[in-house]
Amino acid sequence: MSHGSDIKSLVWGAVLLLLAACVPLVANGYWMSIALTIAMFTVLATSWALFSGPTHYISLATAAFFGVGGYLVGTGMSDYNMGFWTMVVIAPVVGAVLAFLIGIATLRLSGVYFVIFTLGLAEMIRTLVSWIQNNFTGSRGLYVLTDLTEADIYIYLVILAAVVYLAGWWVNRSRIGFALRIIGNDEMVARHVGINTATSKVILFTFSGFIAALVGALIAPRYTYIEPNGVFSPEISFIVVIMALLGGTGRLWGPIVGVIPFALLQEFINANYSSYSTLVMGVAFLVIVYFLPKGVVGRIEQALATRRKSTW
Amino acid sequence: MDIIITGLLLGGTYALIAFGLNLQYGVARIMNLANGEFLVLGALAAFWIFVADSISPVLTMLIVAPLSFFGNWVIYKLLLRPLVRRAKNQGQLEVDSILATFGMSFALVGIMVSMHGEYFTYSYLAEPFEIVGETFALNRIVAFCFAVLIGGALWLWLYYTRPGMAMRAVSVSTEASGLVGIDVPRLSALAFALGGAVTTMGGTLISTFITLDASVGVIFTMKALIIIIMGGVGDIRGAIVAALILGLVETTVARLIDPGLTLAAAYAIFVLVLLFRPQGLFGRKPT
Repeated sequence: MSHGSDIKSLVWGAVLLLLAACVPLVANGYWMSIALTIAMFTVLATSWALFSGPTHYISLATAAFFGVGGYLVGTGMSDYNMGFWTMVVIAPVVGAVLAFLIGIATLRLSGVYFVIFTLGLAEMIRTLVSWIQNNFTGSRGLYVLTDLTEADIYIYLVILAAVVYLAGWWVNRSRIGFALRIIGNDEMVARHVGINTATSKVILFTFSGFIAALVGALIAPRYTYIEPNGVFSPEISFIVVIMALLGGTGRLWGPIVGVIPFALLQEFINANYSSYSTLVMGVAFLVIVYFLPKGVVGRIEQALATRRKSTW
Repeated sequence: MDIIITGLLLGGTYALIAFGLNLQYGVARIMNLANGEFLVLGALAAFWIFVADSISPVLTMLIVAPLSFFGNWVIYKLLLRPLVRRAKNQGQLEVDSILATFGMSFALVGIMVSMHGEYFTYSYLAEPFEIVGETFALNRIVAFCFAVLIGGALWLWLYYTRPGMAMRAVSVSTEASGLVGIDVPRLSALAFALGGAVTTMGGTLISTFITLDASVGVIFTMKALIIIIMGGVGDIRGAIVAALILGLVETTVARLIDPGLTLAAAYAIFVLVLLFRPQGLFGRKPT
């Protein structure tokens, strides 16, 4: 990638983010709420793809980190009288430490172990948190009362999205991004050319854990009332995976291409046919595997490439 | 004593489920995350047939096993075989099969929830039974005995018949067994179907003493995976020991601390295995 096109993509990104930041000016309550959901999943799916895209390690831990973030804000404000912003600082650090420990334990081994470990992680933390709540802290309802509106949270998430895009842009150009792509292509080769495969994977996984916990913390005021069953809902992990893969993880802006249509589809299904939401998720996975293995973006790029070949 | 026997009884049924997944992952090389849903299907069938006609779950098992065998065979042929062909290496097959079986798992959960959204509650052989002076529920013991019977039959088949030997050969190396004239695609399909049938039978057995619901499958997939990794992929002896350990630990935690913490206990074991024996209980370190 040449220097010029890099600058061009930065400018394009900045313009689009500015446009996104203007949404609260025009959107009413209903669309604001959808925009907030889209912003939330954009950050989650993009940071997910930073790690899972190049390495092909499917992380299902998003819900766990997201839940840790939301839950810490809830318990900090309700049980320990901490301020919202203090907890917003603490939560992602805890998420990152958790991700780091999980990474150390599982990422030295083959990818399957990692997937399996993250599969039940959110559920396990949920049962653990409920148990601690029932037996030690006592309080069951956690309230997050702030004067932040949905539009405020939305703006924070757009800023966070900008940070994630910048980080991703930097990672793609850096040695670690290069290392991860080699790991994804062939881990054996990566190890033989002297890449410390475990360290590279752990660093990026820690970053995605940090971001997911931060999103969970920032969005907590939206729900006002935090319950372990809600914030640790494993569905979030799966939705993030579907969105990112649907869009395509080959490009930094790929996931958002999947986030927007799938978020709208989910909104529609939940409003009209809520009992079919699980079935829809299943079908989405199957469609991705059998028809869009490189996502919508990959499919479009493929089509463009063949057309270019045929005209030349 | 009470805890030990209950734990071992539970572990026996776990071993049977892990046996099923071991065939699918060890031989057919498909990481089947929809495994738990086939277990729940077995439980759902037992519940329905018992409530409708009060037919014993043991008989139901004989009906669902061939159905599940056929269903899994079709799934392998139609959906998974194309993935095996498309994959350039084992890593890509793993990613593809994980995503595809996720899809199946969600689709199955969605279908089952729309058929029966509540708990599968029924009561079969909930009678006391005495072993060495302590009482246990008869349904647990019956389930354990059937798990041992089915597992034993499979073991005999794997170790003392020609197709069984071919299957073990495929699990050691797909390439080498292809070279010596084993029909690998056919055996993989057979292993996948057989594994699914075994899991469904396990689900029918479990439903006699644990109340399940449509969305609980993933927990059992998780447990079966932990057992397989702890025992070492493809290692039947290891899987049996691992299943008994998991059953014991879960029962101990449930009785002494809190029944809500069984999953956390399973995870604790998993972490220990990953940190200290990722090659499995009896596995050797790769050189």
